[in-house]
Amino acid sequence: MQTIDLRGVTCPTNFVMAKLELEDIEAGTTVEFLLDDGEPVKNVPRSLKDEGHKLLGLKEQEGYYTLLLEKGSD
Amino acid sequence: MAEQKIDLRNLKAGGFIKERGKDLFTVRLRVPGGRLSVDRLAKIAEVAQKYGKGYVHLSVRQSIELINVNFADFDAVVAELGEEQQKVASCGARVRVPTACGGCEYNPNGLVDTQKSALEVDDKLFGTATGHHKFKVCFAGCPFDCPKSATNDVGFQGAVWPRLEADACIGCGLCAKSCTEGALAMADGKPVFDAKKCIYCGDCIKVCPTSAWSAAKKGYTVRIGGKWGRRPLVGTLYATFVPEERAVDFIAAVLAWYQEKAEGAGRVRLGDIIIREGWQSLLDHLRRDFADFVVAETTAPQVIVNQIPLPGQA
Ligand code: SF4
Ligand code: SF4
Ligand code: SF4
Repeated sequence: MQTIDLRGVTCPTNFVMAKLELEDIEAGTTVEFLLDDGEPVKNVPRSLKDEGHKLLGLKEQEGYYTLLLEKGSD
Repeated sequence: MAEQKIDLRNLKAGGFIKERGKDLFTVRLRVPGGRLSVDRLAKIAEVAQKYGKGYVHLSVRQSIELINVNFADFDAVVAELGEEQQKVASCGARVRVPTACGGCEYNPNGLVDTQKSALEVDDKLFGTATGHHKFKVCFAGCPFDCPKSATNDVGFQGAVWPRLEADACIGCGLCAKSCTEGALAMADGKPVFDAKKCIYCGDCIKVCPTSAWSAAKKGYTVRIGGKWGRRPLVGTLYATFVPEERAVDFIAAVLAWYQEKAEGAGRVRLGDIIIREGWQSLLDHLRRDFADFVVAETTAPQVIVNQIPLPGQA
């Protein structure tokens, strides 16, 4: 599974980067994003959901979060 | 300058404001909710070019103001703006043009259609004489409250009451993580809702991947009695989840109370009348028609102690 590390990237750049990464991935594929605590973990999942992707889970790691997401079809 | 007859009816409703220079006025345009079509904007630009100074000013309440308009040109300005249905705003002791944020159509935070509400209020209540002082209304789409609802005579804030369908929850924890108010905490893999802390923002609904959270009800939180200026007051809570389609009636009810209670008081804003009459009186009045929405009790408008001199400093 592909992991996209968006730690250290602030809003809304992290969301735009996630969007660009997802463009090259096939619908239905599961991807993992690493997100900082704070604004990123609050904003990015919601924005990705609005774009039609399916959020599968969120887990707290040490000092960051992993977001599991299934790419939606356009 | 040619002696030209001016249609004084244009002046009566206000919106023409005397400037420093001889014969010059600012013409304040009516832009409810701050939204206008590009065609209207182009027409305004054309009129501003022809009769104004070549620049416009955006008022803090979302009006476009034409600057340096000679009073002899009033009729022409009104007529030409009318070609794109652009009207002049009001000033004085009237219901002013309502302000609103972008609302829910394209704004991801918006919970209600603030733009529609602003247009309805503009249509039904704009320009109504209060008999006392100005009367300002605004619509915020969500509890972020960019339009600052509590600084208006009647301020509306979009709100949603979340309801959990526990079976649909996959225990991802995103809702609890998103709730900035501490109203949600995860316990045994499910969110536990503390209603007392909820401010109706709907973030939990927006973030939940499985739609386990949904809106049980939706409407406006209403704060009354606010104003800014020389003696600021912060409006206080009177009602929750007022349906969007009843916003106009709600304002009309507040207005009726104000018109009656401020009788003889002169140029006094609603908030000061509430302080004088007691919030109970207004709350009881609103309870008649809005029993399902008014709060059990509230507080008087909050006086902001920021003026000169500060208390205790003569
Ligand atoms: S009040 Fe809410 S909906 Fe309106 S502009 Fe602010 S954040 Fe957006
Ligand atoms: S509506 Fe807002 S404050 Fe209430 S529980 Fe959901 S996220 Fe928390
Ligand atoms: S966001 Fe939805 S699925 Fe995730 S824990 Fe909250 S209610 Fe459950």
